[in-house]
Amino acid sequence: MKISDTIIENHGLKKEEYKNIQKILKRDPNILELGVFSAMWNEHCSYKSSRIHLKKLPTKGKQVIQGPGENAGVIDIGDDDAIVFKIESHNHPSYIEPYQGAATGVGGILRDVFTMGARPIALLNSIHFGSPTHPKTKSLLNGVVSGIGGYGNCIGIPTVAGETKFNSTYNENILVNAMAVGHAKKTKIFYSKAKGINKSVVYVGSKTGRDGIHGASMASAEFDENSEEKKPTVQVGDPFTEKLLLEACLELMKDESIISIQDMGAAGLTSSSVEMASKGSLGIELELDKVPCREENMTPYEMMLSESQERMLIILEDGKENHAKKIFKKWDLDFVVIGKTTNTNNLTLKYYNKIVGEIPINALASNAPVYDRKWIKKKIPQNKIDIKKLKKTNLKEALKKILSSPNHSNKSWVTDQYDQMVMCDTAQKSGSDAAIIRIHNKDKAIAVSVDSSANYCKSHPLTGGKQIVCENWRNLISVGAKPLAITNCLNFGNPENKEIMGEFAECIEGIKEACEFLEYPVVSGNVSFYNGTNKKNIYPTPVIGGVGLINKLEKPLNHNFKREKSIIILIGKTFGHLEQSCFLKENYSISEGSPPEVNLLNEKNNGKIVLKLINKNFVLSAHDVSSGGLITTLSEMTINSNLGVKIEKPRKLRNLFEYFFGEDQSRYVLEIDPKNIIQVEEILKNGNIYFEKIGFTQKNFFEIEDEMKMSINELFEINNEWYNSY
Amino acid sequence: MKSSVIVFPGSNCDRDIASALEKMQFKNRMVWHKETSLPKSDLIVIPGGFSYGDYLRSGAIAGKSLIVEEVVKAANSGCLLLGICNGFQILTETGLLKGTLLRNKNLKFINRNVHIKVLNNKTKFSSKYESNQILKMNIAHNEGNYFTSKEHLDELKKNNLIAFKYCDSAGDVTDQSNPNGSIENIAGIYNDKKNILGMMPHPERMVDKMISNTDGVNLFSSLLN
Repeated sequence: MKISDTIIENHGLKKEEYKNIQKILKRDPNILELGVFSAMWNEHCSYKSSRIHLKKLPTKGKQVIQGPGENAGVIDIGDDDAIVFKIESHNHPSYIEPYQGAATGVGGILRDVFTMGARPIALLNSIHFGSPTHPKTKSLLNGVVSGIGGYGNCIGIPTVAGETKFNSTYNENILVNAMAVGHAKKTKIFYSKAKGINKSVVYVGSKTGRDGIHGASMASAEFDENSEEKKPTVQVGDPFTEKLLLEACLELMKDESIISIQDMGAAGLTSSSVEMASKGSLGIELELDKVPCREENMTPYEMMLSESQERMLIILEDGKENHAKKIFKKWDLDFVVIGKTTNTNNLTLKYYNKIVGEIPINALASNAPVYDRKWIKKKIPQNKIDIKKLKKTNLKEALKKILSSPNHSNKSWVTDQYDQMVMCDTAQKSGSDAAIIRIHNKDKAIAVSVDSSANYCKSHPLTGGKQIVCENWRNLISVGAKPLAITNCLNFGNPENKEIMGEFAECIEGIKEACEFLEYPVVSGNVSFYNGTNKKNIYPTPVIGGVGLINKLEKPLNHNFKREKSIIILIGKTFGHLEQSCFLKENYSISEGSPPEVNLLNEKNNGKIVLKLINKNFVLSAHDVSSGGLITTLSEMTINSNLGVKIEKPRKLRNLFEYFFGEDQSRYVLEIDPKNIIQVEEILKNGNIYFEKIGFTQKNFFEIEDEMKMSINELFEINNEWYNSY
Repeated sequence: MKSSVIVFPGSNCDRDIASALEKMQFKNRMVWHKETSLPKSDLIVIPGGFSYGDYLRSGAIAGKSLIVEEVVKAANSGCLLLGICNGFQILTETGLLKGTLLRNKNLKFINRNVHIKVLNNKTKFSSKYESNQILKMNIAHNEGNYFTSKEHLDELKKNNLIAFKYCDSAGDVTDQSNPNGSIENIAGIYNDKKNILGMMPHPERMVDKMISNTDGVNLFSSLLN
């Protein structure tokens, strides 16, 4: 077949990139080789637009065992225990085929974690839909939620936390980010780096079908009105087979048979074989006629580009083939030696003993294109909003608007569809600031949370990037965990647009500054560009997944009030920042202005002291103050506890809306037993922490002195109203 | 007391039930579905999960597997047999328990804590509970909507074979407290001889205060009696 311009374009390759391929091969590629290049050089696999920025992120720390670059990040949680985790996007497939797109997103991220020798112990997700009134939203929401549940429930790993958000920016391009967390022995971590020549390369798992061909290239382009036609590029998931694959891999990992192992994710057999060889500075030879196929007459091209799910590539130690085969047969899985490592530094593809493709590994992996794309800085928006000029409202009405809005309403209709308890180590489920998962048969536990703030990031990406790391950090602190490390999923629009590229570069800069200051390194992550349809880009949406450690779990700390007459303390200064707030958005549809300022020093100091108070058992309940401000935080602490609160008006005279709805950062609300208050105040004063005693808990009513009084039941009903009528 | 937990490909509550049994001092063994004989056991448990991916129909393929023939033999000779969630579905597929489990009324997977009431506390599975005791237990299923014929339902009632019913926190058996549409709020049933119990709620998830509560403990301690 002659490689025409159309074929090149259909493979998502630019003309210059094609010329580069000719130069590397010193000849024209055949169609199979062109396919392999396109699979490795697309944005999704090569990180060509993001690489130079990602390099700036802090990835080291004494808790880090493995940073970015492997299947997942690995951190040390003491003793013999390590936590393996990563987040990944499956946005494009989920928009085209929501159930399978979301399900295979979960399947893919689970494989990244158990490939490293970890048993997955928790799943999280961050899902973003368009406006609830958009005609597609309802079916996308249903499909995605049942897809996430369908996969996680079947494989038997609890889905413990997440966020479900709505914003018209995602009308034509939803976001589905899935995070998996696993537990491994520190001494038994498996990597993808190949070692040694003439070692058996083994294919295990499901058979290869024609599904998902060019999935990674599809995820590296914008959508247009014909996106529906891309359905065949979406993979089909089978959680049952994945469960078998998980158990079989973990069984084989008990001894010393495996040299290296890599899951077949995006760009399937191509990227797994190339990555293993590239990391080991070796060559790899595959005999494609040996690949187990689901369909007849599959061509080498289709085999190399298929993204069929539930498959792994393993390089075995000499003489371990029969032992390994026995295990995979026990679990009724395919097991075939399909190739070997070589010293040629080439990817050599054979089909019935004939070489059908040969490409230098370096050209595909470490020497793939890297672009320093043009980008521009964004200034902090200067348009000030004068709230005195807005139509009058009152605290109660404004709060009702927020609590009944799609973004703040009760989400149990989502979480009830996920098995959150299987494995019997979920000490705290979703609905709190962070979920808590106990390490099996031990006293210690990890806390996990995923967060995003697209509105803040759109308004000022640098601040937004910082803010979201801080919010994630606060969420872990609020359940009494010491934050250890993060994974990030960077969802952005078209990087060829310099404004979008600027959003990316500056969000990364913000994430970097916050992570460095808080000593909260990035150990894994994923970039998803080209989120948009017909040149309309989504808001920049970096999603942060954080993991923290609770050394000794005695009683999980949540944000529900515990008893009457406790003293309520607000940690951190309230300036009354209303721009970009939920208050303005839900009450006046105003989404202008700048995000709240982030003061990293306050963030760190406040967090450390709150953690100290929690560790001394002085805190009955804790909640970080975020979207919706102080009053929303307090109402959330009330709704699930059946205990209300009476809050005094601020002593210094100021605008009540600014005080109660302002979204200033670094703040926490703590419930303190009066008998401990003197000690608590002393610790706060010694730590130079700004705090206010703002009221106390009471039965039956949610009350702001002289301003509003609502029954808890009313709050509960308002919070549950939206979905029941959706 | 010796127990055996049957593990099918796709079982996913096997570790949970094994931990609960061991915590309750059972001497437990895991039995892989390809084994053809059962170790000597006083109690056999078929755990929850998605045996064989729940393809065809929940529990249908497991119901025809080799080891299940042995389970049926053992149960018919009086061995105690507990099927939880997918295990309950498998027991109805084998015919050891009558009736069937349809899709939940709302057509969605449901995971949450619900209240159930102990209807019969005079069996080997329930003697440590009070009569009409209200328990809070976790459910996690797609097909938990129990259905059976009028005749069988009458039989269940007449012979006191309904083990648990879904109820509200006050113990009232109402439509609102029925999570999945089960006929007469049935959450679990016995066979005629009361040596077999099938139930949708997960007692093995309710043996640890840190995680949930201890409402499942007495089911296991009843068996130890």
